[in-house]
Amino acid sequence: MSKRIGMEIAMAAAEAVALCRPDVIAAYPITPNTHIPEHLAEIVADGHLDCEYIAVESEHSALSACTGASAAGARVFTATSSQGLLYMYEIVPVVPSMRLPVIMCLGNRAISGPINIWNDHSDYMCVRDLGWISMFASNGQETIDMCIQAFKIGEHADVMLPVLVNLDGFQLTHVVEAMMMPDQEEVDKFLPPRKPFAALHPDNIVSMGTLGLPDIYNEAKKANDEALINSKKVILEVWKEWEKMFGRKYEPIMSYKANDADVLMLTMGSMGETAQVAIDELRKEGFKAGLIDLKLYRPFPADELKKAVKGIKNLIVIDRAVMSGGAAAPVCAEVKSVLYDDPDRPVITNDIIGLGGRDVKVEDFIKIFKKAAKAKPERAYEIYGVRG
Amino acid sequence: MTEKKWPETWQDTNPGLMIFKPASSRSYLTGGWRAQKPIWDNTKCIKCGVCYLFCPEACITEDAEGFFMADLNYCKGCGICYHECWPRAIKMVED
Amino acid sequence: MKSIVENFDLFAPKLVDKEEYYSQGHRACQGCGEALAIRLMAKALGKDTVVTNATGCMEVTATPYPTTAWKLPWVHVAFPNSASVGAGVESALKALRRKGKIADRDVKVVSIGGDGGSFDIGFQAISGAMERGHNMIYIVYDNEAYMNTGIQRSGGTPYGASTTTRPAGKVSVGNTTWKKNMAEIMVAHRVPYVATACHSYPFDFMNKVKKARKVNGPAFIHCLAVCPTGWRTSSETCIKMGRLAVETGVFPLYEVENGKYKFSQDNPKKLRSMEDYLKPQGRFRHLTPDQVNIFKGMAMTEYNKVLERVKHSKSWSELKS
Repeated sequence: MSKRIGMEIAMAAAEAVALCRPDVIAAYPITPNTHIPEHLAEIVADGHLDCEYIAVESEHSALSACTGASAAGARVFTATSSQGLLYMYEIVPVVPSMRLPVIMCLGNRAISGPINIWNDHSDYMCVRDLGWISMFASNGQETIDMCIQAFKIGEHADVMLPVLVNLDGFQLTHVVEAMMMPDQEEVDKFLPPRKPFAALHPDNIVSMGTLGLPDIYNEAKKANDEALINSKKVILEVWKEWEKMFGRKYEPIMSYKANDADVLMLTMGSMGETAQVAIDELRKEGFKAGLIDLKLYRPFPADELKKAVKGIKNLIVIDRAVMSGGAAAPVCAEVKSVLYDDPDRPVITNDIIGLGGRDVKVEDFIKIFKKAAKAKPERAYEIYGVRG
Repeated sequence: MTEKKWPETWQDTNPGLMIFKPASSRSYLTGGWRAQKPIWDNTKCIKCGVCYLFCPEACITEDAEGFFMADLNYCKGCGICYHECWPRAIKMVED
Repeated sequence: MKSIVENFDLFAPKLVDKEEYYSQGHRACQGCGEALAIRLMAKALGKDTVVTNATGCMEVTATPYPTTAWKLPWVHVAFPNSASVGAGVESALKALRRKGKIADRDVKVVSIGGDGGSFDIGFQAISGAMERGHNMIYIVYDNEAYMNTGIQRSGGTPYGASTTTRPAGKVSVGNTTWKKNMAEIMVAHRVPYVATACHSYPFDFMNKVKKARKVNGPAFIHCLAVCPTGWRTSSETCIKMGRLAVETGVFPLYEVENGKYKFSQDNPKKLRSMEDYLKPQGRFRHLTPDQVNIFKGMAMTEYNKVLERVKHSKSWSELKS
């Protein structure tokens, strides 16, 4: 039976991962996700989890070791943030290209320049195009749920891809919330042991990570892209199964008071919950605001997005990262691309908020809502709240 | 399992470009690379096997009598066997 | 004489394991010393082995999809991480075997890389993997430059060698430093078995590989691999050049078992003149007599360092109290 617990979300994520019985964990500490590998190390040290924990000497080695372990048929997990992700960057696209499931928790933190340990989505945006299934958790419960779902999705015979679970650094990792934690029996029922498609062992010889000459590289890339796109089927199935077992529903895009909204806001991650408070306030004044929350980012839920904004006049896309010198901020650029062909598409404004951990407040969202309803934007994207 | 045609369609490629056929490189005949080939003089050969041991292509094999010869499908003509043969039983001829 | 009886099965080429785990059809150059060394290593290891390979000559020439020259389970991920991938594989096999998910028998993980992927870009991964004590072997195939990308200088390039990134020129002798002493660095990591070897001494090399395999922990082998293409020597003298490296003292063969240095039997009793080693190689062609003397000085320093350690080193168990 699931138990109601009150725990720091990072530690809860570690507990959830431990329930999934990983075989190998290789992780390197980096603020703000450090508590995840630390707590897992504690769980292993106390004998509650039979797992090889490799205290690697760098993030590059962390993901390399995870790749090797996954290639050998093990269930693997790692966690990192920001600069750590950038250090393992070379290996990030290699993992899906080898069709190896590796589950990673990303404690979203700003990437350096200037160095900053607080929350934004710029680290994820560096890897969004590299082939990992990606989900965004908005609170502790979703974090736990997504960690467990990730193993089932990534290791599925029709998927065989790595999965990235995003949770906002500090905003989620260091926050204590009440959550329902499944028990070992429930997780064992939901998540059977991994059955690898191929594994490094002399009983069945395989060469992995081979050279792809120009005459085959295109086909290899197409095959991988199709695998990522088709994984959506499995993701939806797994989410249905989760709802049946645990009563909590997940969809690629979830909405809050969106049905009769005039102005819709699109967010990802924990700031969506702050936006919900702002929406409640605005509704009191008679302002019809609504929220759509992106839970699945890769493969990008284009169909669900089109459906969600049907009939909406104004869409505000909230980004938490900059696409320097680009046509828009990252999420907005994709949203605009998806909605371009729709003749009834809404007016889209884009605000970048909360970079480097700057506090995102209810009043900010109220201001943004009211601003969007008024005029068409002058610039492609605006960093909200910059002084000067 | 039906043999896949090369070049493969994207649907036919093995996931992750994994290769399940060990030693399948044998389909590539490197013998076309060489400019010279080794010839054994079995009257001089002492059947020591040094030529077999030092061939980077692993293409020298022992016959039923214990003498050696190169598989010309793969021999790149590097000349190591000729150079290492103690009794000078091998010589390189133009090919 | 005891050693002859011990290693009788490797005393003659005909008694070596006939199985080829690194088969014909690979695209290495004619006379490639590294390809030969890998072929011999695989014979010494046997079939219960998993190989992780860094990007380099051997990876590119052996596994162009859809064919592979390997008859062992093999994985390549990237350039700097052969050792960390190996650490991951080792941990996975350990965990899966303990949990009964795979066969209950020993499968050794061997991580290989060139001097580029080991001395330089792969240094951190090796240092970490060896220090953490994983049960794996790391074998570096040192051809003294980044050969796969066109003969650029590496941490294994000796003094005076001309490479494309440190070429010999009007105001340059080429490389100005001696080789990084990886074996010594590994001894400092407390690796229980460290050895240097060369494919020109096949039985010595294969014996060392077998010894490394028996270690229940990390082991490191530094194997000199002659590259006729990069060293600008003829393909047929590949084996001879390796022999000359050992016979002139440029590359002494030794083992370090738990801190105790042992000079290998195949080392010559009397050293040949180093000019014999330098003359046939195009990459040293430009050296003046003064520069040759600098080369000799550096090489002899390293050689004598080894002799000193052979004489005076104590095994760690002796040093315990």
